[in-house]
Amino acid sequence: MWKRAIFAAIVVSLMGAAAYASFFIAPTEATMGTLQRIFYFHAAAAWAGMTAFSVTFVANLLYVWQRKPRWDSLGVSSAEVGLAFITTVLITGPIWAKPAWGIYWTWDARLTSTFVLWLLYICYLLLRTLIEEPDRRALLSALFGIFSFLDVPLVFGAIRWFRTQHPAPVIMGDGNSGLNPTMKATFFFSVLAMHVLMVFLIMERNRLEKMRFEVDVIRHELEVA
Amino acid sequence: MTPRVSYPAGIRFENVEKRYGGLYALRRVSLDVAPGECVVLAGRNGSGKTTLLRIAARLVRPSGGNVSYSGSSGASGDEKPSDRVRPGFVAHATMVYDELSAEENLLLFARLQGVERPKERVAALLEEVSLTERRRSLVRTFSRGMRQRVAIARAILTQPSVLLLDEPVTGLDSQGIAWLAETLRGMRNAGCTLLMSLHGESEISALATRGIRLDAGSVVDDTSAGAAMSAVLAGAGE
Amino acid sequence: MSLLANTGVLLGKELKTEFRSRELLTTTIIFVIIVLVLFSFTFDPLSDEARRFGSGLLWLAFLFAASLMLQPCFLREQTNDTLSALRLSVSDPFAIFLAKLAANTLFLMVTELLLLPVFAVMYSVSVVGVLPWLVLVFFLGSLGVSIAGTALSSISAQARMRELLLPLLLLPMLTPILIASTEVTAALLDRSPYVLWKGIGFLVAFDIVFLTALWLFGEYLLEE
Repeated sequence: MWKRAIFAAIVVSLMGAAAYASFFIAPTEATMGTLQRIFYFHAAAAWAGMTAFSVTFVANLLYVWQRKPRWDSLGVSSAEVGLAFITTVLITGPIWAKPAWGIYWTWDARLTSTFVLWLLYICYLLLRTLIEEPDRRALLSALFGIFSFLDVPLVFGAIRWFRTQHPAPVIMGDGNSGLNPTMKATFFFSVLAMHVLMVFLIMERNRLEKMRFEVDVIRHELEVA
Repeated sequence: MTPRVSYPAGIRFENVEKRYGGLYALRRVSLDVAPGECVVLAGRNGSGKTTLLRIAARLVRPSGGNVSYSGSSGASGDEKPSDRVRPGFVAHATMVYDELSAEENLLLFARLQGVERPKERVAALLEEVSLTERRRSLVRTFSRGMRQRVAIARAILTQPSVLLLDEPVTGLDSQGIAWLAETLRGMRNAGCTLLMSLHGESEISALATRGIRLDAGSVVDDTSAGAAMSAVLAGAGE
Repeated sequence: MSLLANTGVLLGKELKTEFRSRELLTTTIIFVIIVLVLFSFTFDPLSDEARRFGSGLLWLAFLFAASLMLQPCFLREQTNDTLSALRLSVSDPFAIFLAKLAANTLFLMVTELLLLPVFAVMYSVSVVGVLPWLVLVFFLGSLGVSIAGTALSSISAQARMRELLLPLLLLPMLTPILIASTEVTAALLDRSPYVLWKGIGFLVAFDIVFLTALWLFGEYLLEE
């Protein structure tokens, strides 16, 4: 109980510190001004989202191999958390892009493959709602998750290599292009804060999933008795 | 008549458990079926009979425990590796293709399993199950009894050492039941191990030398004594 | 029996079943024609612009058709539980997938090749001269669609809302195929082959990745 509360407090502090750094410590960017600060949030959320999906992938593999419900639990928890992060990325992107570049969206490799990734994980969660039996649900969604994860680099590659005749402004730039040291530090601190938040959310969601499973077991025991 | 099976095999269930989420279909079932034994599984619907048979057929993976086959060829005494024993399986579903003819179905499964001289074997089987005249008809046009005969033929294509049957009597008329009883008697006499789930007594259950009763996933009765056997079976079929 | 021998026998069964009723092929071909015609209403099919969009629309039509055509793949094995019979009979469960994906690739290719002249006429493009390359792209693309589609079809067959689910799962996953095949087809029809080898290489890579994944995980897809 206390451990969770302390962890939550740490998360809040880190996020608060990162926000403070983004607004007050990092220097204002030359061309875009204050608007650019959203980048610290947006890009850090993107990295955290990708990490969450990697966790899902590993959890999926572990489930298929070991068939322990805990891996299924972890998989769905990190998929949901990852989806939340990526959703904020997809929303903050256009918010930033319109004032900065005049358009809400561009079909460059990164954005498009992020969108397809988002779609695939929506499908992963949707698939789970359509299978009732828990072991089947765990196995089939794990297998779908594995195929999805393998697909994403292919999506990225396809757009990168085959849609070059539609050049697009690179919205966010590379994480490290032309950033001065303070900005870099702020950025990496944001990334750290986001990842700590991610871990916290996954752990909480995982706890919830485990409780659901236990309730299910108890319910079945009662039915049989 | 059916020749003797080449590798008589027994079935061993060790602490077999099957869970579906929070629901236990089987709870640590341990059983030994000796080679050539004929065993009846009885129990209410949902007692775990189908699950046990499907685990034995390796169609369902147990949540815990292990099922294995053992046996010797008798004469020379060498063991056949457990995973090379392929049981025949008869379920309530026919497990044959409606869009293919009886002959095509059997040829398909014969070829897949590497049966030698498949055409001859299939022809002989069709004769044995009295479907030679209708061998070119699509299974879709068959009656329930005829479909069951194709299903049994499919199950015994490779002359398996073990035959698993899940309520094979359902939907059969008295003629069908008599035919099935005779076929199974032949298999038993040829040394095939039979494990079948049944509802209630019939000519089929009379073939068995042992009755096992399941309830809520556990073995509650296991007997070979005559009167007790009837009790085991009579308790079923509610 | 070896994997290849089993696959051959099963492939024979898939083909025999389909050519007896021809229901899959017929409905798929008609569906693609309908989609192509409908698309043509949304812009001027004879303009220069249309020629560039045409390849994309062609492949979109193929993908939609495939996502419908692949539904019965494992559903029909549920009718009499023939899937269990197959699992009991084959030595390697991958043979079941290989046979089905080979059959599906063949059906898709038949559809595509039959519709190519229709497309060429409707959108006024010339395919003479690049035909062998087009066939190759059709093959590699269809193979990718079949591999992913057969795998996902075995998943959707075990879920609710399976008719709606398969297109939902499959179409996002086939994004790379759509992109690469469209670009290569457009390049071929426009006679600008610089992207040809890149495209073919990419399609081969997609096919290998998914086939390997299916080989590694296929037996789990069939578990009960």
